[in-house]
Amino acid sequence: MSTITRSGVSRPAPAKAPRGRSRRGLRGNPTANFWLFTGPFLIGLALFVYVPIGWSLWLSFFDARFTVTPSEFIGFENYQYMLTNDDFVGSLITFTVFAAFIVPTTWAFSLSLALLVNRLRFMQAFFRSVFFLPTAVSYVAAALIWKMSIFSGVRFGLMNTVLGWFGADGIAWLASPDPPWYWLVLVTVRLWLQAGFFMILFLAALQNIPQELYEAAAIDGAKRGRQTFWYITLPQLRATSTAVILLLLVQAYQAFDEFFNLLSNATWGRPPLVELYYIALGENQDYGAGSAGAMILTLLICVVTLLQGKFLGFGRGDESK
Amino acid sequence: MSAMRNSNWDRRTVLRAAMGLAAAGGLAACGGNNGRGGGSGSGKNLVQYFHAYGEQGTEQAIKRYAKAYKDANVSTQWITGENFESKLFSALLTDKAPDLFEFHPQIQLIRSGQVADLTDIIDPVKDDFNQADIASHTVDGKIYGVRMIDDPQFFFYRKSLLEKANVEVPQTLDELIEAAAKLTTDKVKGLFLGNELDPIARPLIWAAGADTLDEKNEIAYHTDGVREGLVKLRKLFTSGDLLLGAPTDFWDPSALNQGLTAIQWCGMWAMPAMQEALGDDLGIFPFPKVTDTGKPSVYNGGWSMFVNAKSKNVEAAKEYVKWLWIDQKEYQEDWSLSYGFHIPPRTSLAESADKLKSGLPAEGVKLFNEYGHFDNIGFTQAMLDAVEDVLGDCVRDNGDPEAALDKADGKVNRELKKLFG
Repeated sequence: MSTITRSGVSRPAPAKAPRGRSRRGLRGNPTANFWLFTGPFLIGLALFVYVPIGWSLWLSFFDARFTVTPSEFIGFENYQYMLTNDDFVGSLITFTVFAAFIVPTTWAFSLSLALLVNRLRFMQAFFRSVFFLPTAVSYVAAALIWKMSIFSGVRFGLMNTVLGWFGADGIAWLASPDPPWYWLVLVTVRLWLQAGFFMILFLAALQNIPQELYEAAAIDGAKRGRQTFWYITLPQLRATSTAVILLLLVQAYQAFDEFFNLLSNATWGRPPLVELYYIALGENQDYGAGSAGAMILTLLICVVTLLQGKFLGFGRGDESK
Repeated sequence: MSAMRNSNWDRRTVLRAAMGLAAAGGLAACGGNNGRGGGSGSGKNLVQYFHAYGEQGTEQAIKRYAKAYKDANVSTQWITGENFESKLFSALLTDKAPDLFEFHPQIQLIRSGQVADLTDIIDPVKDDFNQADIASHTVDGKIYGVRMIDDPQFFFYRKSLLEKANVEVPQTLDELIEAAAKLTTDKVKGLFLGNELDPIARPLIWAAGADTLDEKNEIAYHTDGVREGLVKLRKLFTSGDLLLGAPTDFWDPSALNQGLTAIQWCGMWAMPAMQEALGDDLGIFPFPKVTDTGKPSVYNGGWSMFVNAKSKNVEAAKEYVKWLWIDQKEYQEDWSLSYGFHIPPRTSLAESADKLKSGLPAEGVKLFNEYGHFDNIGFTQAMLDAVEDVLGDCVRDNGDPEAALDKADGKVNRELKKLFG
């Protein structure tokens, strides 16, 4: 099972490394090298990520309305407000529903795309690019296309035109939460945008599975298709799958653009970031409560990520088995 | 590989943890980008924020006025998109904030010290302003903004379509709902209230005989009449007679002009574009009364200029506001009448505005005077948002109107407590 990363190219490397190291004295100090290479990244990280996080933490204990340099310390009042705020708690539920839809769907869809493209004998590069292209589209632009032309509520919107062929009445897809047609719009736009990117990840992993395994399986009498997929392909993709699921979860947590653009002025279907935007940066300008919400959310993401790592083994890598 | 594992482990853990936090940190790093050219430097460079007006030539006009000013170099940020207030509010917290900006009178801007007192430049011409506009910009005797334009909002309708369906101009909300049903065909919807219904939140309250806040700055919208109106609107919303999910929103005349709807809630600004597209096939009426004790209502919105009190060039900005919006009547007239139609807040200008003296524009002015409700400076964006959410909760969603109003009360009271104690 541990063959994925060691096959081919990476194998000779450790054998050569000691000789190279002794020759080039300057590079002999691994600690210096570590800081040299990661330093710029870590500085940027500290400046643009940790400082804002720290500032948020500080703000969350203050009454910060219309200011980011407040003076009135109010302890955990903001946290109490956010945790008893139905909208914020509701947004966590919205997120959970959204993640429950989008994570498995994207995972399955991008894996199937990868399997299909992987089997192509010609034009593979073409289809790979075609499916990957939507990744380059901005969420805002895609959301506007979805909102204004595909899922427009008027009779000449694309979906309503299709419905019209079957004699059905047009639907105002985004106007009302009942029935919840807006999920269809939200899930399809994200699927279209993301599937190509994860397809590339799966494709790379698929091409990394040693052909010998399939040959050995064939000799042992395994049938091509379902059997080899279930007992060889899928287990070999475990590391990639776990990474993909983790990334999808994080991205679902960060969902903002399409919700903000598709569901303007809606009181439903607000994921946590949209809710926090309205509290902190939107009309309310309550940076204290917004920061408290961000802290709660950050904590949740950390816990979920750690738990996920524990159960699915992301990061333990291949050595664990 | 396994021999190196122990020494690598720490670094990897460090990086991995850092990456994890970086991913999570995207949350915290989500801030307002107010990409803005030149400005806050030395001398007299002023930056002004305007929301994107829909009418042709408006952006050029604002830039033309700014260019004609000799005492400072005024650059204009034309803010597109639907969330002008969010962009403005977050920009005002940074040192890249605009020196002057247009907005509506809202008390939180004053309480947080974000807008400068403009009493000294308005006072000499105070009597020449619509007194309601002066009142809506005054807190504790100080005037904080110069009104540029008054924009009444009411219903526009296609006369021919109403005639064909044998529908009279609605006098009550019930008649409006009935009219919407009769006017709806497989091609045209009866009524358009905006894609999110938010523009009619306040007119509905007024037409039900209630108000947003009373004189003591306490909630006045939570009445039986408003609840009755919400129940009726829910019926209308689910009837299929309402145009929803249209490509343009209520402020754009396209829905009416392109024949998607027979009646549309819109503003006076769109009147020239509608007249051009529809000719005489156009009429207007106020939001009809919701209850027997109610009165038809019109929202007298509009835009005012404010000066950022924290700007380095407060005096220069005030000079510019005085020059353009108080002294330059020619530009004020151009701005009010040459693009969309707006009612000039200056009495002298309004009286000499020939374009507003006859026909449909004159009817608009009449509605403005007779049924109009001006902004209440104590009713802030956050409160407006809470009240608009009521429509989301119990008209677009199937919630209980009483619960939705209670939820809004909670939010509005939190604001009121912070602003008025």
